[in-house]
Amino acid sequence: MEKSIKFIQGNEACVEGALYAGVEFFAGYPITPSTEIAECLSQRLPERGGKFIQMEDEIASMCAIIGASLTGKKVMTATSGPGFSLKQEAIGYACMAEIPCVIANVQRGGPSTGNPTHVSQGDLNQARWGTHGDHNIIALTASNHQDIFSITVDAFNLAETYRTPVILLFDEAIGHLREKLVLPDEGELPIVGRLRTSVGKGVDYRPYLPREDGRLPMSDFGAEHRYNVTGLFHDMWGFPSNNPQVVSDLLRHLMDKIDNNVHSITRYKEHYMDGAEYVLISYGSSARSAIHMAKNRRMKGEKIGVLELQSLWPFPQHLIREKCSKAKAVIVVEMNSGQLMYHVKAAVDDPGKVFLSNRIDGKLITPADIKGLLRIIQGRGV
Amino acid sequence: MAIKDYLRQRFFPHMWCPGCGHGTVLNSLLRAVEELGIEKNDIVMTSGIGCSARISGYVDFHSLHSLHGRALAFATGVKLSQPKLKLLVPMGDGDALAIGGNHFIHAARRNIDITAIVMNNKIYGMTGGQYSPLSGVGKKATTAPYLTIDNDFDVVELAKAAGATFVARTTTFHATEATDFLKKAIMHKGFSVVEILSQCPTHYGRKNKEGDAPQMVANYDKITARLGSKKLEENPALIGRGIFVDRQAPEYCEEYDKIIEYAMKGRK
Ligand SMILES: Cc1ncc(C[n+]2csc(CCOP(=O)(O)OP(=O)(O)O)c2C)c(N)n1
Ligand code: SF4
Repeated sequence: MEKSIKFIQGNEACVEGALYAGVEFFAGYPITPSTEIAECLSQRLPERGGKFIQMEDEIASMCAIIGASLTGKKVMTATSGPGFSLKQEAIGYACMAEIPCVIANVQRGGPSTGNPTHVSQGDLNQARWGTHGDHNIIALTASNHQDIFSITVDAFNLAETYRTPVILLFDEAIGHLREKLVLPDEGELPIVGRLRTSVGKGVDYRPYLPREDGRLPMSDFGAEHRYNVTGLFHDMWGFPSNNPQVVSDLLRHLMDKIDNNVHSITRYKEHYMDGAEYVLISYGSSARSAIHMAKNRRMKGEKIGVLELQSLWPFPQHLIREKCSKAKAVIVVEMNSGQLMYHVKAAVDDPGKVFLSNRIDGKLITPADIKGLLRIIQGRGV
Repeated sequence: MAIKDYLRQRFFPHMWCPGCGHGTVLNSLLRAVEELGIEKNDIVMTSGIGCSARISGYVDFHSLHSLHGRALAFATGVKLSQPKLKLLVPMGDGDALAIGGNHFIHAARRNIDITAIVMNNKIYGMTGGQYSPLSGVGKKATTAPYLTIDNDFDVVELAKAAGATFVARTTTFHATEATDFLKKAIMHKGFSVVEILSQCPTHYGRKNKEGDAPQMVANYDKITARLGSKKLEENPALIGRGIFVDRQAPEYCEEYDKIIEYAMKGRK
């Protein structure tokens, strides 16, 4: 069968991925540079019986998708900086109440209104720690449209598997860039559906009791089991509890269910990494420049490779340590003031060999920017 | 079914103070559900945060105890994604009209089929007696030691103006009237609002010298009058009780179903 090929924006590739994954409900509020996701889904969802709603703000959008997820639907919202800030309280609710949902944040310049059409990767740490309290989160990213598609599918799969919000951290450049997307056939990529409880009617269903494999089967609102969902500390029935044991078990569970599975959650790509003496670590649109630069230098015989991260949280510490162990120098390439770099420094044996190649002026980082820094590191002058 | 069959026994004792009006609201609400004979599985109760919001834990429905002010936004997601469910959304006055004011007017504007119940005690009970947007001028609160200067909202007027298609007001003194209004609100297709004046003896009554719970409740009979009654005609300054709005208008989820029908046709 002939493949369906599209020439579209990154934001549209995200929509295609979401539809492939089975998104059924979207609530959002317009904000550049993410708006195309809402616009496309307002058209595409009802075509397949799904629902789209433009809420009064981003807080309401986040709350609405949580409500919809509880009826058993696959749900998503999309936003950018200011809207991502507004969503944080409800993202924490989804962490606490363990509600599967996907939040795309197409990053723009910040803080505050910053610049809606400037590229930035400044929300990396906000994705991890934007909401208050100890919690865990999954955040994914991609540097080209084929990967945006598949990482979006992954986001829905991981949200269902771990009953957690999953954040898609894209950026303005990749979101608005047009390039080719080859649509995978049905069945080509795995899809994880909602895991529903097999506990029968009249039998005590405990919504927050993990199975042996750690997963927590759900029951849809409207189905046989009536239970309580709350953002308060709660026991396995979902009832509020202040029992110290219950509280610490709950928080540990929220952390462990992701920390214990870093290995299965981690997504990355290696480019020209064979025997690389210089390792560039990058993600999102800045990875494109890093890959471009590594390719050129390889052609000239230099041993430069790129470790492209597609999962940022949970932070793949062991992967970084392993891939950088033989490197003479590690350059983190990102468009912020070093948000990932600090984590890389903490992960490697010798933090002194980790350098930052960045831009924070709203312009895309270029291969020449990275090359300039590399020359200095190599002692070849400026 | 007996009222107690609608309660989650293991959740008790409840957290409300003796004499709190919120328990009376719970009672009126459960009687309404019982008299209507609605299946427990068909009801989702969504609440925010506050003393009032704790009501959702006590009822044996699907319950979503959400975030302060956001109950209607959560409820909108539940309802639109599964329109066959009945959505009951009890809220405190701060919950509904301070932090949640925006969601309140927009849910009303959409005329989405949700029943909002404003448990109005004119104070922030849960956080210890700070003034609310319904306290009104000249009231004492922990954050208004020199008395409030803020004007209050009229919930009924606000709901009307925002587009709610069913709007009623009553009090905890008038519990059977409350049940009657709630039944009508629940059966109404569209966004319905029932404001129930509900006493907070602990933080409002004490500070504002309105006496203990029985006095506060009895006072609701004195300061209110039924719409169309002689009492109200003769004392127009009294607070009106009754059904202020009851009209039919396109309901949001049904309108969206038409979009789906159209979009699916276009695709074939
Ligand atoms: C975002 C946020 N801000 C503030 C609070 C603290 N808070 C909890 S309940 C409440 C007000 C409760 O008053 P009301 O909604 O009128 O309900 P009542 O307790 O009187 O029934 C406040 C301010 C909170 N939980 N969340
Ligand atoms: S503080 Fe007031 S509103 Fe809260 S339970 Fe006590 S009486 Fe009721």
